[in-house]
This record gives sequence, C-alpha cells and structure tokens, in this order.
Amino acid sequence: MSFDTLYIANRGEIALRIIRTARRLGLRTAIGVSDPDLRSRNTAEADEVIHLPGTASSETYLNIEAVIDAARQSGAGAVHPGYGFLSENSEFARAVQRAGMIFVGPEPNSLDAMGDKLKARAVAVEAGLPVVPGGEADNAAQAAAIATETGYPLLIKAVSGGGGRGMKRVDHEDLLQQQIDMAMAEALAAFGDKRIYVERYVESGRHIEVQVLGDGRRAIHLGTRDCSIQRRYQKLVEEAPAPDVPADALSAIENAAVKLTEHLGYKGAGTVEFLVDSETFEFFFLEMNARIQVEHPVTEVVTGIDLIEQQLTLAGGAPLGFEQRDIVIEGSALELRINAEDPAADFAPSPGFVARAAWPAGPGLRVDSHIRSGDTVPAAYDSLVGKIIAHGADRSQAIERAGAALRHLSIEGIHTTAPLHTRILEDARFANGAVDTRFFEGFEHG
Amino acid sequence: MTDLPLTPEDIEEIVSILSKSDYDKLDIETSRFRLRVSRSGEGWTQEWSPVEAVTNTGTAEKAAILEIAEGLEAIMPPLPGTFYRAPQPGAPPFVEVGDTVDADTVVAIVETMKLMNPVHAGISGTIVEILADNGEPIEADRVLMTVKPA
Repeated sequence: MSFDTLYIANRGEIALRIIRTARRLGLRTAIGVSDPDLRSRNTAEADEVIHLPGTASSETYLNIEAVIDAARQSGAGAVHPGYGFLSENSEFARAVQRAGMIFVGPEPNSLDAMGDKLKARAVAVEAGLPVVPGGEADNAAQAAAIATETGYPLLIKAVSGGGGRGMKRVDHEDLLQQQIDMAMAEALAAFGDKRIYVERYVESGRHIEVQVLGDGRRAIHLGTRDCSIQRRYQKLVEEAPAPDVPADALSAIENAAVKLTEHLGYKGAGTVEFLVDSETFEFFFLEMNARIQVEHPVTEVVTGIDLIEQQLTLAGGAPLGFEQRDIVIEGSALELRINAEDPAADFAPSPGFVARAAWPAGPGLRVDSHIRSGDTVPAAYDSLVGKIIAHGADRSQAIERAGAALRHLSIEGIHTTAPLHTRILEDARFANGAVDTRFFEGFEHG
Repeated sequence: MTDLPLTPEDIEEIVSILSKSDYDKLDIETSRFRLRVSRSGEGWTQEWSPVEAVTNTGTAEKAAILEIAEGLEAIMPPLPGTFYRAPQPGAPPFVEVGDTVDADTVVAIVETMKLMNPVHAGISGTIVEILADNGEPIEADRVLMTVKPA
C-alpha cells in the first residue's frame, strides 16, 4: 500500500468490516464518530478515534468539511467511504483528493456519471446496454407527463439515491403528488438532493446485480447476486450466484456489466444492477453503485476474494490482480439483513438498548455486525444491526445453514427482522428456487 | 502492540475446535473486546460485549419532564428520532401556535432511521405551544406540542 493510515468515513457494520481488512493488511485505522457512536464497537476497534460532534448525519457523517478535517487530523493517506453517506458523493471524493489523500473508490468523474441516475442511464445507452423507459421529474406535473410514456404503476426513485431510499410505487395518478412530496423529503434527508426520477414498474422482474472490479483500463466480474426479496424496495435477503438463470442469459448479463465498467474506465469495485424479466430473461440496466454494497459478503464467500482489499489495492493505483478465468464461484451463499424493525408492527423502526446480542456461529457462517450486548442502536441512522451470511456447497445447504443460524440468534431489547427471515426461509417458493420482486406481496397477503 | 483482529474465519475455527472438545464455552477478553463463544443447543453463538461497563442511558439527552397545564393535551412522537416542523427545509411549517387542528392533521415529521414518520395531532383543537426545536433529536416520551381541545 502507498499509505499506512486509513480513515473510515462511515459507521456501523461496514466501518467494522473495513477495519478488519485494513488491520489484516497492516494498516493503521482511524475513524470519526458522532455523539451516539462514541461508545460503539468501532470506537473500541479503531486505532484512532476522532469525535464528530453532533447526532444528525448532516452534522457528522455527511458533513464533508468535518470529515475531511478529521481524516487530515488522523494523518490518513486514504479515506474509505463505505456505503451510503458520502460514498458516492463526487464533491467529497474531490475534497479528499485535494486534501492530498486517496479516495477509496472510483474517480470522481465515474461517480458523477453513475451517481446521477439520468447520466448513468445515458452512459449505459452509450455503452450499448438496454434501459427501462422513464425520466426525471421536479414536480407532480412533470411526473404525470413522463407517466404517459411509462404508464401506471410507476416507480419514483431518488436521482442521487441507492438502496431503495425515497423509492415509491405509484398505482394511480391521483396519488402522484402525495408520493412525490414524501419521496423528495426522504431523498433530501438521505442524500441532500431532492431530485427524483420516474420509471416504468416491471411487474414480474428479478433484481440481479453483477459485482465488477476495474483498474481504469480493464474490468472483470465476480458473478451475480440475486436481490429480488425486497420490502418497500429495501433488500432483505441476497444470494450469490443468482439461482435458476440459464447459462447464456447469465453470461449476457455479466458481460453487459463488464462492458459498462470498461466503457467508464472504471477504477475500483462496483455493482451493476439489472432488472431481469423472470420469464424471458430480457434484462434492463437499472443503475451502477460505485461503491461497496451491503451485500458484498455473499460474493466474497463464494469467490474467496476480499472486496475491501481489492478496493484498497485498486485505489492505490495497482492493476487488476485477476483475469476473468481466475474467478471461480464455489457453492452458494445467502445474506440475511437483521434490521432493527418490528415485522409485527408494519416494520416500524425499533431503535434502543440491546440488552443481549447473541449472534450465531459455526461452519459456513459469517456474521458482520457492530452490535454487541449492551450497545444502543441510535434512532438517527439506518436500521441495519447485522448481517448473517451462510455459505453452502449448494443452495439448499446455504438455506439450511441460514435457517439453523436464525434459530440460534438472540437479540434482546429491540425488535428485529429475524422472525421475518425465518418465514422467508420456510417459504416453499424460496426453497424451490428463484423468486421475483413480488415475492413479498404474495407472502404478506397469503 | 495491538490485538489481532478476529475474523469470521477465526470464529469458525474456534467453533470447530470447541465442537471436538468437551467445553461448552470460551471467553476471550482483550483491550478492545470481550467475546464469548458458547454452545446453544445443536449450534453455537458468538456474543461480543464492550470492555467497559455499560448502562442503559440512551444516547439522546433525556428531556425534562414537562408539566402539562390543566386542560391541555400533549402531542407525542410516534417514535424517537429527529423532529422536523416542515416537510422540507425552507418550506413553511406544518403548524404554528394558534392554528386549529383535527385528529388527522399532520403537525410535524419525525425522522427515525432515515424514514419520515408523520406526527398527527390526534385530537381536535388549537395548538398552544411548540416545545421541540426543528432538527432536534427527541426521545419517544418527549412532549412535542400542546393542544387546547376544541
């Protein structure tokens, strides 16, 4: 590495995940923490802790000036932004570079191209990828105009978004105004940008994404992940590789992702997301996430490649250390997101004191969590408290291990999505193979 | 000298060793963490806990308990979070003191875990006081506003 201290501009499980790899590589780690995170596990694990005063993300983890100051103060040579927060903010990436540090992510111009869904779409078209009909709207009238093209139901997304935040399905024009107001408010709170985007809602689609790595000249893929099990457009269960996709369709999707990555001259780890028709396997480019993803561990366990290490190496300017033929997918893996939400109360957020957090352990299991017994889950940030990753020789073994893991999980003091995961794993449709993004609707009502 | 980080592979290894032994649990404590790996029926659990003692103090400052004047009703948040008086920065507030509301009137938003939750008045009447500041972190037991019932 061309640097010896890494500043982590994030919190929660991903910050801990980054600390782990950084320390294995012999790097010193520094992290900025907000008021509620002063007593967090990251504070205990990082080599240096800098206080970012305040609670709201806008004062702390989204405050570019404060984050850059903290990184400088730590003497860091590089800044890892994790996911969410400033990870895809090109202004931040440029500020990191101006301060003489390495931004662990793609070049700012790639962030500009992919961070804005409209530009991303144009670039994807340029690279020859198919896209879903839609366009940008500032208000309900503009959205209604685009709706004549897309039809109802349609989907509202935050232009700067990702991870489903600010995303709403609208079934009828009468509901457009109200949904747009809410979507804009959420987009502004989460990303500091209220612009929204309207597109056709594909009824029977699967969400399949491709993990890519690029060194600015060449790109490879690390196979697919299926993230079709979503609730309110929030991914709940992810698996690698995407099951039940014919080999020719799978390689067409993977190759399209590599083509876009090379077209961009992309440097680092990224994810190209596609909406795939579950019957015809016709696919549409949705977006590219120019950062590490929440669900990256399923790819890591089936490929044996540490994606955070790849990010650090590529950001340092090294060429790709792999050829496509070196990438071998072994077995199948599932990730269950354990969120502080109450499935019995319409998934109301459930922040608070965790009296006990006993996570599962054993063969084929990996737990990525920052929540210890005695920690408090703050109300100010997102609800993810941990991820259970189960790896098996095949999909049924992965499902079996995930199910057993859930039986040993015990989180006391807050509500979590764990009971929901038990029901998902027991659902015959899931056990039998691929499901589409409507899985949850059928599940809730039937 | 810093502690070696324990990876998920290390945890797997520990479980594998314990499984072949008569031991039901292993406690590890370093300057950074406490870890207990223990048998749980047919499987195993990993429980991490802070090295320093913790108490359930909550993270936000506890609001002083406010006396609600005779004849007034309190509007409470649906959840703890960040209190906002307007739908967007720069937009006019949902309500001002003196405004008339009914049970379904949205009087504020509380942002909890990045989700916007509307706060409904819950009662018909007139807004008498607004007791939280825009952007302030609030607990679920905080009185946000008082209403004089119609």
